Amino acid sequence: MTDTLDFTIAGARNALRAKTISARELTEAHLAAIEALEPSLNAFITVTPETALAAADAADGALARGEGGPLAGIPLAIKDLFCTNGIRTTAGSRILEPFVPPYESTVTRQLLRDGAVFLGKANLDEFAMGSSTTTSAFGPTINPWQRQGSNTQLVPGGSSGGSAAAVASGMALGSTGTDTGGSIRQPASFCGIVGMKPTYGRCSRFGVVAFASSLDQPGPFARTVEDAAILLGSMAGHDPRDSTSMDWPVPDYAAACRRGVKGLRIGVPREYHADGMPAEIERLWQQGLDWLRDAGAEIVDVSLPHTKYGLATYYIVAPAECSSNLARYDGVRFGLRVPAQDLTDLYEETRAAGFGAEVRRRILIGTYVLSAGYYDAYYLKAQKVRALILKDFTDVFGQVDALLTPTAPSAAFGVGENMDDPVKMYLNDVFTVPASIAGVPGISVPAGLDGDGLPLGLQVIGKHFDEETVFAVGQALESAAGFSAKPQIRVGSLR
Amino acid sequence: MASAAPLDDAVVRRIARLARIRLGDEEVSRLRGELGAILGWIEQLNEVDVSGVDPLASVGQATLAMRADFVTDGDQTEAVLANAPARAGTFYTVPKVVE
Repeated sequence: MTDTLDFTIAGARNALRAKTISARELTEAHLAAIEALEPSLNAFITVTPETALAAADAADGALARGEGGPLAGIPLAIKDLFCTNGIRTTAGSRILEPFVPPYESTVTRQLLRDGAVFLGKANLDEFAMGSSTTTSAFGPTINPWQRQGSNTQLVPGGSSGGSAAAVASGMALGSTGTDTGGSIRQPASFCGIVGMKPTYGRCSRFGVVAFASSLDQPGPFARTVEDAAILLGSMAGHDPRDSTSMDWPVPDYAAACRRGVKGLRIGVPREYHADGMPAEIERLWQQGLDWLRDAGAEIVDVSLPHTKYGLATYYIVAPAECSSNLARYDGVRFGLRVPAQDLTDLYEETRAAGFGAEVRRRILIGTYVLSAGYYDAYYLKAQKVRALILKDFTDVFGQVDALLTPTAPSAAFGVGENMDDPVKMYLNDVFTVPASIAGVPGISVPAGLDGDGLPLGLQVIGKHFDEETVFAVGQALESAAGFSAKPQIRVGSLR
Repeated sequence: MASAAPLDDAVVRRIARLARIRLGDEEVSRLRGELGAILGWIEQLNEVDVSGVDPLASVGQATLAMRADFVTDGDQTEAVLANAPARAGTFYTVPKVVE
């Protein structure tokens, strides 16, 4: 069974087509892994064995007829932020606990179109607000990795922590995430897997529970760069129901992985040498640059002068948009309702009971920065700094093809750490937020282990809609790094 | 930034009222500290010279598409109401708002 769970998506596709394994066998093995590991990891909010097996049987039928889409029979976990028709979608929140969408998000509809098997809905920080998957109303997800010689429970990162933990531990071959300020890339780094945030507008946001609409972007997790490219090929594309999705053809991302980096100019933004960054992350970054140089790329020092203002800008823009988006949860049309004598009480009691502490904080911050008298000082100011951050990237991409940075300023931390001070938690996203603010694509690739044996990722950032170069550079890093370490908590480990 | 004034309980209550979130007294004083710390940290944006910079609301590059003006969806009453916490026939129900 361990072998079955060690498949890549590309390898599983070949095995399914060669009939050395059936989609049912592949799905059953992953459902068994979920059953074995869920008590330790809590990576899922809802597991859907019946629909998974039915989808697997349908994939087997299609494959037997010589049909079947590019993902026929591939078992995936879906972040519980994507609406799935007839399957409860909670966003990790009490307020959506009873919500069963009567429609399918575009991204998941396209994955189903291509034959994917959905194992269930993955845990996340409530409404995707967090960097640790500890703010979920359904309990924290635990990172399958542990420090050497320690069984301290570590966070998987967030917000897409369940999606990342499921793939890292062998419970799914791939998964979907969403990234607003780092919610795909940071958990990928913490869990030793690949996570890709595409360009804003590459994937449709239709049917994805909204957090910050000018930043939210769906993307894939997988154990290899090529697998992430395969998944994005299915997830991406124009959707008339999301006016921000671009009507451009979706390139062959898997082919782009094989392009190599010879002749590419790779920028090193000097502002990412953050104060207090662990020496081993600095060393790994340098190692990554050496790998790319050895593979034929030219390394160029560049400057993104407004980097240090990224987080503060983000923590105005994102809460402002969240306070507006989350106004819809009023206890009237769907979700939780706390009965009350009058309508205002109904609203206020429902929202007090339904939203957790971090979501309440962000709604209140957002309400404050948008309120009369403060709008110009905070929100308008942040929008202007956002313009400067975008210009930083536009300028730099006149000189280089891609950027290489660390993904996060630390490896995974313990459950309960960084909880005393919201700002401390926010600092996790220091390297991922700027690309979100500018809307450019970024990938995190596992590149090495820290002194405690925990995975560390490197981030490649590319030009708007140039995911292909990002995948090519990511693949070069993956090939050079030869990252083969496995987390302690996975199915083989339980034997 | 205009707002160096520290948050007081009244401001926290006013924001919570605008956001329609009921807060207990203990929560108000805890949030006063937490929100104050976040807003204080955000003040670093004061260092940035933004004179002459236009605000950027979105980095999206898609232009709004035109399409023929006809109905593409509808007649989904039961689907729309399927998640209603309380309903009467084809209506949502709420506590009485008119005496």
